[in-house]
Amino acid sequence: MGSVTATVAPPTNSNVTRSIRTFGAIARSGFRRYATYRQAAVAGVVTNTVFGFLRYYIFLAAAGAAGRVAGYDREQLATFVWVGQGLLAVIAIWGWTELADRIRTGEIAADLLRPVHPVTSYLATDVGRAGYAALSRLVPPVLIGLFLFDVYLPHRGATLPLFVLSVVLAVVICFGCRYLVNATAYWLQDVRGPLILWTLCSGVLAGLYFPLGFLPGWLEALLRYGTPFPSLLQIPLDVLVERQPAPVQLGLVGVQAGWAVVLLALCRLVQRRAELRLVVQGG
Amino acid sequence: MSVIEMSGLRKEFTVRVKAGRLRREKRTVTAVDGIDLRVERGEMLGYIGPNGAGKSTTLKMLTGVLMPSPGEARVCGLRPVAERTRLAMRIGVVFGQRSQLWWDLPLRDSFELLRHVYRVPAGEHGARLARCRGLLDLDEFLDTPVRQLSLGQRMRGELTAALLHGPEVLFLDEPTIGLDVVSKQAVRGFLAELGRAGDTTLVLTTHDLADIERLCHRLVVIDHGRVVHDGSIAALHSRYGSRRMVVAELDAALPRPPELPGAPLQRVEADGHRLVFALESATVAEVVAGLAGLATLRDIAIVEPDIEEVVARLYRMTAEAGGATVTGAP
Repeated sequence: MGSVTATVAPPTNSNVTRSIRTFGAIARSGFRRYATYRQAAVAGVVTNTVFGFLRYYIFLAAAGAAGRVAGYDREQLATFVWVGQGLLAVIAIWGWTELADRIRTGEIAADLLRPVHPVTSYLATDVGRAGYAALSRLVPPVLIGLFLFDVYLPHRGATLPLFVLSVVLAVVICFGCRYLVNATAYWLQDVRGPLILWTLCSGVLAGLYFPLGFLPGWLEALLRYGTPFPSLLQIPLDVLVERQPAPVQLGLVGVQAGWAVVLLALCRLVQRRAELRLVVQGG
Repeated sequence: MSVIEMSGLRKEFTVRVKAGRLRREKRTVTAVDGIDLRVERGEMLGYIGPNGAGKSTTLKMLTGVLMPSPGEARVCGLRPVAERTRLAMRIGVVFGQRSQLWWDLPLRDSFELLRHVYRVPAGEHGARLARCRGLLDLDEFLDTPVRQLSLGQRMRGELTAALLHGPEVLFLDEPTIGLDVVSKQAVRGFLAELGRAGDTTLVLTTHDLADIERLCHRLVVIDHGRVVHDGSIAALHSRYGSRRMVVAELDAALPRPPELPGAPLQRVEADGHRLVFALESATVAEVVAGLAGLATLRDIAIVEPDIEEVVARLYRMTAEAGGATVTGAP
């Protein structure tokens, strides 16, 4: 008597660990896949930098003599622009058509034959890609901003971790949007139409062409809560330049979390609907 | 229990056909038209048919990629589409015309990633990889990115990738398509070795009938989405009347064609110096003995029946009998 039986960890636990391990392995391979294309990264950095100068001076002109516009001062605008130029590549706002291409060519069949849900597997790859982009594409424009301009550095201790969380969520949200745009290929085969619409909307409504603070307050709020676009760039950058008080910013990141969940659920739903009518053409 | 069961399996596609300047008509095309088939554990099944017969469509339904229209399929006791993720752990698939490897990654990294995706213990994975490396000579290109591999190298990589998780069933859709003779032999040799072990069920579609002759004891021929033959290769030959031939070279032509019981004369060639007999009930020895009494024999050759010839005849027969299974729909 008196012996104590060790409790065995419930199987779900080990399942979760194994799922995380699988996710991590796919993410690492995503990192490696994108790290293969170094010249592409260099070309991307050059483009981002050129447009960074362009955007910064336009915003500066908008700020005018007062040096303030829509709640941003000059330093905040500099941070907004230069970190924003880097984030473009981290969230990979444009140019991702891998899923659509695979649907069109039928290569998608190979993805369906894996024991990992396609949304999970593409997300993991994208997280790895974003990790590589954070090193290769985010750092250079930030350094340029830091050396050439007076940039705004966060004052609050909690800002940096909140910014990192906000960027991670932006990556997930952007992935979700891109997955949905690409998934129209299941129905349309040719996704150029949806892709153009996405490029236009994301550029204007994410805060890339101009900070959404330039818009009337009610419109900015409508976009922020009613669409996922401001969650892509505007919210992470606002968090970094501390445009709102800390509790409001926490709320904004909460909005992002909500969008991330909604979009991933939508991706899975669309994927399931698509699989029921999927035609993989050719031998 | 059978590893693979299909009952009344069908697949219909809706296609839109131009029927005027703007008007388009919907048509239903039946790719697979009610297939009933059972495959037992360890069997090596050749699944052949002309282009567009429904081979790949069947395979896609069995692997869970395509939803059957009506009809039922079970693989390893699972419903392919509904339980696709669980099934994926237990089957391996090689599509000769598509790649399952990661284009940008070296083969070695692809294999390592697959270990995590399929959650295979490192020891098991290592042992299987070592075996494939030995049998398929992977070592020289293990660190080359997949996009730089030749077709033959990539196919050897694909085979390895499909086997690293120890699948119970291996589906191969034209695994030797486009390969050179040496690579084909390597792939066939490897699959034969796999079949000998007896614990993997193999379903192979191909247009290269040498694959089938070398590997499969059972042959299923489908056309227009229906099974038109199911049995051994020998059964196919006897059913469609293909026979072994005896080719006799004579020193001098005979004045009139000889008649040998059980071996009708098929052709007279080379001005009567070469005679071709089909073996029906007679043996080779009887034909030789019969001829030796009539003329001086210079040479004798025995020609095995040509499976390509039989299958071509079968395809032509079903094409004449079946016609297209296309039905109009409003």
